[in-house]
Amino acid sequence: MNWLIVDWYWPLDGWIVVAGILCAVSAALLGNFLVLRKMSLLGDAISHAVLPGLAVAFLVTGSRNSLPMFVGAVVVGILTALFTQWIRSAGNVDEGASMGVVFTTLFALGLILIVQTADRVDLDPGCVLYGAIEFTPLDVIDLWGLAVPRVIITLSIVLLINLLFVVGLFKELRIASFDPELATALGFRASIIHYLLMTLVAVTAVAAFESVGNILVVAMFVVPPAAALMITDRLGRMVVYSAIIAAVGAASGHVMAISVPAWFGFRSTSTAGMMSVSVGLLFLMAALVGPKHGVVVTWARRWLTSWRILSEDIVAFLFRQEERSTNVAADLKSICSSLMVPAWKARVALWREARRGTIIKSAEGTFRLTPAGTRKAQELVRSHRLWESYLVQELALTSDRIHDKAERLEHFTNKDLRTRLSDAVTASEDPHGSPIPPEAQ
Amino acid sequence: MINRSAFTRKIWGIAAVVLVFVATFLATIPALAEETGEATVDSDMWFRVLTLADYNTRVVVAGTGLLGLAAGLVGSFALLRRRALMGDALSHATLPGIGLAFMFATVMGWDGKSLVVLLTGAALSGVLGTLAIVGINALPRIKEDTSLGIVLSVFFGAGIAIMVVAQQMSTGHAAGLESFIYGKTASMLSRDSWLIGATGLFVSLVGLSVFKELKLLCFDEAFTQSLGYSRHLLDLVLMAMIVLVTIIGLQAVGLILMIALLVIPPAAARFWTENMERMSLVAALIGSAAAICGSAASAIFPQLPSGATIVLVCSSFFLISMFFGSRRGTVFRFFRRLALQRRVGRQHLLRALYEQQELQEERGSKLAEQAIPFNNLLKMRSWSPAQLRREIRRAVNDQEVLEFPDQTLRLTAAGMVNAKQLARDHRLWELYLITHADIAASKVDQDADMIEHVLEPATIAKLEQLLAQEELMALPPSPHPLGEAKK
Repeated sequence: MNWLIVDWYWPLDGWIVVAGILCAVSAALLGNFLVLRKMSLLGDAISHAVLPGLAVAFLVTGSRNSLPMFVGAVVVGILTALFTQWIRSAGNVDEGASMGVVFTTLFALGLILIVQTADRVDLDPGCVLYGAIEFTPLDVIDLWGLAVPRVIITLSIVLLINLLFVVGLFKELRIASFDPELATALGFRASIIHYLLMTLVAVTAVAAFESVGNILVVAMFVVPPAAALMITDRLGRMVVYSAIIAAVGAASGHVMAISVPAWFGFRSTSTAGMMSVSVGLLFLMAALVGPKHGVVVTWARRWLTSWRILSEDIVAFLFRQEERSTNVAADLKSICSSLMVPAWKARVALWREARRGTIIKSAEGTFRLTPAGTRKAQELVRSHRLWESYLVQELALTSDRIHDKAERLEHFTNKDLRTRLSDAVTASEDPHGSPIPPEAQ
Repeated sequence: MINRSAFTRKIWGIAAVVLVFVATFLATIPALAEETGEATVDSDMWFRVLTLADYNTRVVVAGTGLLGLAAGLVGSFALLRRRALMGDALSHATLPGIGLAFMFATVMGWDGKSLVVLLTGAALSGVLGTLAIVGINALPRIKEDTSLGIVLSVFFGAGIAIMVVAQQMSTGHAAGLESFIYGKTASMLSRDSWLIGATGLFVSLVGLSVFKELKLLCFDEAFTQSLGYSRHLLDLVLMAMIVLVTIIGLQAVGLILMIALLVIPPAAARFWTENMERMSLVAALIGSAAAICGSAASAIFPQLPSGATIVLVCSSFFLISMFFGSRRGTVFRFFRRLALQRRVGRQHLLRALYEQQELQEERGSKLAEQAIPFNNLLKMRSWSPAQLRREIRRAVNDQEVLEFPDQTLRLTAAGMVNAKQLARDHRLWELYLITHADIAASKVDQDADMIEHVLEPATIAKLEQLLAQEELMALPPSPHPLGEAKK
């Protein structure tokens, strides 16, 4: 690590990274189901809403002991989920709005409670908002002769519970997330799974917020599952990927927190903040280059297809020209005007086809198909005319509406489909009167 | 018919909501009393604030009032567009802009904490957040709430990281930047108030001028596009208004609580009306009233943070609306439901009695004169003995049913007329289902059960026309065997 960052000190930074990873993975595991249920912002809502729980726990017990605080916060967290549900059904507003009503109200109450007791309590609202993952290694417990930070133990327990919940009830969670009615029909109450999930979300949020700050857990509830959703279509893989993304994001976030400000001459910055930034960058990466739905990949796929279609159109155009009168050859100008493409695109496509040996350019600047090109064109034109005949024959479309459809379908028709089409089609000519060419040998 | 248990559960749920609110309010009172005792708030102070005697109070109240107005109006659109938490995401997204603007201004040697600098930074970063939300929404399979969550957490995380760095700068104190998070209306300068008020007014005017288009967008996206409006452009206008309201609201009510002004007044207005114009009007009124009350209270009790106070006033309005709203308020709906339940119960009883009597007539003329035993009635439907007794008591009071000491019942003359009418409606609908909807005779009873209570005279007339057969104009016989309820 020292080659990258000067200030890396394993006994401190190692524990910080471990705490970050534990928190991130616990949140991401549950987050998958929140994202699928369109409740992504619940983590955010609970993190704000627990404030009065902390304040009331303090007012009741009069101590800053962490157990009453924890219980108070978890209770309010669960109440947030319940109130959201009730207000949604009573007011007939969507999830987001009822969530907004509940958590802002609770947060305001909490803020007033804390301000009112500020003289006697040392409950810092700043701490509530930002947490302090950097202080993780300072509070240690002796565990079998090894000094382990208390936070690590708490978060490990939370992670274990979440892992057991997600793995043990995976089937139920899957059904309840995608089809609550089916769940009820299968004999288990989807609402029980729902409230169990809400409870664990509250527990995770509170445990994480007490130890590493709530912005981290809010980010980890949403961003890694969203990134995993860009990569895969399967729920099982999504859960695994989201955990991996969360862990990588947490680890790289701490490295960034130490190293990035150093480039500008500052000391290290908030680790929790940088962890959410780094997982955000991972999401960006997944959104751009994800193998299935990534923006770049989709774009490249479309780009390649559009070039393929253009060259196929050119080949088919030359075939039709030759079919009409053998001695008139097409030049660049006539190709561009009849296919409605700019000259540079047509040139690139022609060059590509020439290299493949389907087109020959003559000295006068006209283009002709080679025997290989003729075979390729014949397949396309055959597909086109088969489709036209099929559409008229089977779907009873009028002959002026079939050309556009056939024009699109011809590029995605292989030999098998052509055979089946020709079995179905009885005519030997297309509806416009042109002969359907035989299958190329 | 009516799911009693779900309904009772909901009532309990709402009661729990109230209880927690009350409990927390009570918890604040001792603390409040203590504070007010120390701060020596006398009646003079109250008088000065309530009559807007001080110039500063006047300006602050006017500014936050206009802010509440604008937020209520814009929030109505956001709510109906199912983007209520947009303000949440965007208010978090302004943080990196605030931090960077402060750092930039400090490096350039300007005043890092001037409102203009910070608001410019906030606006730029808010616009960036808006674009990010639109961009992420365009990705396949990512839902709106997820894109809001991503922008919220990543931008806020970046903001925190930047703030920590900003505090390390040797020149310029970043300490005061926190007021952006909690809000300090009382200490707001009058110049800031003017800016907030003017922007609030501007946003309200923009909102009113594109009201029709935004209303269209909220209710029928496809129709909006087919009329030639750009959906993306209208969405951007809406989001731009949210960004504007949010960044000017930061100073008055704080980063996290700004969302409350955008969400709670429109959600409360939903309980009062189903009409978009009225809803946004009510939301704007609630928003400005809450903002004015909240900032006045904050001026009287210096220990109350203005943002939180404004939000709590908003929430009180919401609670009141939730219970007493004239359109969807819980109390209103409870009574409406109770009335419906009673009507349905009475109709069930009368028809059951009539059908029992009919059954006895079929069996023999001697039996026809006899009263109907309670136990026979009990078997007609899936009602509990207690439920049935309650219905009978009501019917006896209405003089539609006579109850005899030996647990038998009989319809009075008036009851007979009504019961006959009800049985006729029921059977007309059954026959309609059989002849026109091809539903088996054994299934129609339940279907007719659902609809008979809400059949209007016009519908009955239409049914009669449809089933125009001479013998049906009297009471048609039941198309299925009468008797015990299918359980």
